[in-house]
Amino acid sequence: MISCPVCDIEVPIPAQSRLSEILECSDCRSELEILTLDPVTLALAPEVEEDWGE
Amino acid sequence: MSQGDAAIAVLGSSVRADERRLLDALDRRGISHSWIDSRRLFFPLVSPGRFPWRCVLNREIGQVRAAYAAKALEAGGALVLNHSACVDVCGDKWRTSLALAAAGLPVPRTALALTPPAGLAALEEIGYPALIKPLVGSWGRLIVELRDAAMARDVFEYVAALPGPHSHLVYVQELVAKPGRDIRAIVLDGELLGAIYRIADDMRTNVARGAVSKPCPQTPELAKLAIEAAAAVGAEIAAVDLVEDEAGDLLVLEVNHRVEFSGFQQAMGDQIDVADRIVELLISRVSQ
Repeated sequence: MISCPVCDIEVPIPAQSRLSEILECSDCRSELEILTLDPVTLALAPEVEEDWGE
Repeated sequence: MSQGDAAIAVLGSSVRADERRLLDALDRRGISHSWIDSRRLFFPLVSPGRFPWRCVLNREIGQVRAAYAAKALEAGGALVLNHSACVDVCGDKWRTSLALAAAGLPVPRTALALTPPAGLAALEEIGYPALIKPLVGSWGRLIVELRDAAMARDVFEYVAALPGPHSHLVYVQELVAKPGRDIRAIVLDGELLGAIYRIADDMRTNVARGAVSKPCPQTPELAKLAIEAAAAVGAEIAAVDLVEDEAGDLLVLEVNHRVEFSGFQQAMGDQIDVADRIVELLISRVSQ
């Protein structure tokens, strides 16, 4: 578990997480990005840009 | 630039659900691969063969970064899926429409106006209700239903005030009276992998907007159209979006080059493993 950098609620980290993986905080719904794996650190994920998509 | 030197690489700026499935599929098959973070990437001007990666799956979520990365990687001798020419076409709704129409495929009545006032004239021919769509963009963002000329004038006034010449190009399309759903078909290497309905009350039936996915029967007509649409834009990996009109005939809306398949996978369950099929394609390409 690690704290959400936005709301400070504990965020469960899935097993076998990957660098740059996007998680969602179950409380504040912020998108969080895994910045490092050992130890796991989280930051608010980049906001959606105009040209994002498929 | 060094971000691993495996023959197969996946390029992206974040690992979302689909990228996770793809990387897991590579791991399950024991395929050595590199994850290339596009945010840390730069390309020195190189001669062919300079990059270690022979085959790169382009999962970059930003269209501009995806297009430039594909071109740079190809210039360095890598095979990129999808090819940069495909990324260019699919990333622009008008260029996609041109490619589909040139292939003789059925598409909704569509026009590109070079100024907002010309957009009003185009809509007089297309009729109302109609849609204005941004040339670049996804997930149904900034698509507006224009119910009549008064509303179109108001919306185009805002369009004219947007910054940048690209924003002033007006892509308008008839609003097809679809039966509360559209169809997403996934095509890999010229073969229809499967198709789903995307069901929503909203005129935007994107899964990213909460549309519900259900399996769609694979009729010969659907398979033919989807495969031809993917070929028309040069996509080896394609998500073809189609819509049924009032008569039940299929029209091709667009083709997506960076296929999002969470909704598809959820609807198809164990029948098809999209990520594994894409990995299979990568392996076949790197072996060639």
